[in-house]
Amino acid sequence: MIRFLVNRLLGMAVVLFLVCVFTYVIFFVLSPDPAVQICGKNCTPEAIDRIRANLGLDQPFWSQFWTFLTGLFAGRTYGTGANLIDCAAPCLGYSFQSSQPVTEMILQRLPVSATVAIGAAVLWLLAGVSAGLVSAVREGRFTDRFITGLTLTGMSIPNYVLGLSLQFLLVVTLGWLPFPHAVAFGDDPVQWFANFLMPWIVLSIGAAAVYTRLTRANVIETLQENYVRTARAKGLRPGLVWRRHALRPALTPIVTIFGMDFAGLLGGALITETVFGLNGVGKLAADSITKNDQPVIMGVTLLAAFLVVVGNMIVDLLYTTIDPRVRVGSAT
Amino acid sequence: MTSTSDERPLLRVRGLTVGFPTAAGTVDVVKSLDFDLARGGALGIVGESGSGKSMTSLAIMGLLPKGAKRTGSIEFDGTELSELREREMQAVRGDRIAMVFQDPLSSLNPYYTVGTQISEAYLSHRTGVTRRQARKVAIEAMERVHIRNAPRRVDHYPHQFSGGMRQRVMIAMTLSMEPDLIIADEPTTALDVTVQAQILDLLAEIRRDTGAGLILITHDLAVVSEVADHLIVMREGDLVEQGAAERIFCDPQEDYTRMLLDAVPRIDDEIGLLRTAAVETGTAEEDR
Ligand SMILES: Nc1ncnc2c1ncn2[C@@H]1O[C@H](COP(=O)(O)OP(=O)(O)OP(=O)(O)O)[C@@H](O)[C@H]1O
Ligand SMILES: [Mg+2]
Repeated sequence: MIRFLVNRLLGMAVVLFLVCVFTYVIFFVLSPDPAVQICGKNCTPEAIDRIRANLGLDQPFWSQFWTFLTGLFAGRTYGTGANLIDCAAPCLGYSFQSSQPVTEMILQRLPVSATVAIGAAVLWLLAGVSAGLVSAVREGRFTDRFITGLTLTGMSIPNYVLGLSLQFLLVVTLGWLPFPHAVAFGDDPVQWFANFLMPWIVLSIGAAAVYTRLTRANVIETLQENYVRTARAKGLRPGLVWRRHALRPALTPIVTIFGMDFAGLLGGALITETVFGLNGVGKLAADSITKNDQPVIMGVTLLAAFLVVVGNMIVDLLYTTIDPRVRVGSAT
Repeated sequence: MTSTSDERPLLRVRGLTVGFPTAAGTVDVVKSLDFDLARGGALGIVGESGSGKSMTSLAIMGLLPKGAKRTGSIEFDGTELSELREREMQAVRGDRIAMVFQDPLSSLNPYYTVGTQISEAYLSHRTGVTRRQARKVAIEAMERVHIRNAPRRVDHYPHQFSGGMRQRVMIAMTLSMEPDLIIADEPTTALDVTVQAQILDLLAEIRRDTGAGLILITHDLAVVSEVADHLIVMREGDLVEQGAAERIFCDPQEDYTRMLLDAVPRIDDEIGLLRTAAVETGTAEEDR
């Protein structure tokens, strides 16, 4: 088990390193010269050269990449003398547009994003799995068809359409929910919940629909398994046959997919946060793209990659404990 | 249910019919079957693939697939099974009639240890049993089917066993409850030839030791000749021929039976060979 863990961690490090390289190359090659941007309108070639030297942009690619990489682990500085800017580890870069280290900008917004993402994930898992179970139990009957109809709708509505219409309906027309404004959980839990409710719903609805269908299909398929017949042949109560022999095998693959989807939430969060004006990482990314704030875009990209890789790793570990067939180190 | 009359058969099937509704009306896959199984007797049901053997056994267990219609009478130890409600049938399944299926790998749940799966029936049919007791029962059952290292193996998962060992686990499952009737549906089809003989020996041994009745279903007459004392031959849901196993072997009345017999190459030498092979390896089938 330890060896497996070490292997996985090493593998993860390699993947993350490659992600860093690729991201860096993409931004290095594709980005317009940051020095020109910083320099502004009334700029002389000398001024640009000075800025380039200050930022280390005159160095060769690998040297710059090395500085970036060490910055991730040990922090780094930008510029010299009076203009010295300190960027503490993990330094993802420095936004000259906002005069803030990228790491700091992300960390400020991470709690909001995490709240949106985790809430949505819980909601979609609960809603998706339970609707899928109901659908499977009532296979072919009205309830099943009704749920299937709902999932089709859920899957085909784009996030922003749903977000805007929900907001219009619940806040503007019906006035059931207050217009979202930032409140800390400790100050007013009810308002906090009301703020996040719509983003949660919007962000989770597509995935909930997919999970409903997935759960339904898995459960129906598992019920056909020979071992379910064996369980019935033992004279077990139907409830027990269901819980023990159908549900666990049916839900295991869903855990795997869930881990991957969760990491992918950031993309959905980008749109949702923008629609609801929530100041999270998704909004930060959207804003930076509009402003062409390179270091921030790159920082968010790296963070997303990091989350996906770590998410997959967690799923792998989880899977080995859930499914005995992939369990490692057990006596064979 | 202590009917003492030993005259009465353990199982008495009359006019058993299983049909599936289709667009073109009901298709009967088992057609008005009549047969008896004496207490402690061993009945072989043979027939080619699709002749309705599995449907017959599932009809007895009350586990027919969705949509199947069953008519006729199945009297088990004086109780008419077709009149039982589902709850009452659950009490019979696993406790009084147990079943061994063809493919031991897919018939075992990969997510639970074999110990859990063996003791499951015991835990659910007996009230007030502790997990400890259930575990002990599982270990005993595994020992009875000659799985070595049972106290350790009880915590292993199905994928950690070889095919023959898995089938032993399946058989151990039926043993935890001391059933009156064991139905084995093609228990050796998925196994290597050498392992087949061992499993058949095991079934014969269990029948001898427990006095349980046995229904052995197979399309392979060589298999059935080992264990059964009475045979019924099925074809397309019909009962073609039935009688004492020996009689059918030596003097088959129907062409179909003769055909099945001809499909068995040199029964005696082959079984003899297998027997020696089985004795040599003993139960030492690789203990993976
Ligand atoms: N769910 C079902 N719906 C319709 N027909 C079915 C269904 N299950 C089985 N049958 C039909 O019932 C017939 C008898 O099947 P059964 O499984 O009893 O055969 P068998 O003698 O056990 O064959 P095998 O040796 O292949 O196991 C077959 O012709 C099969 O096509
Ligand atoms: Mg069959």
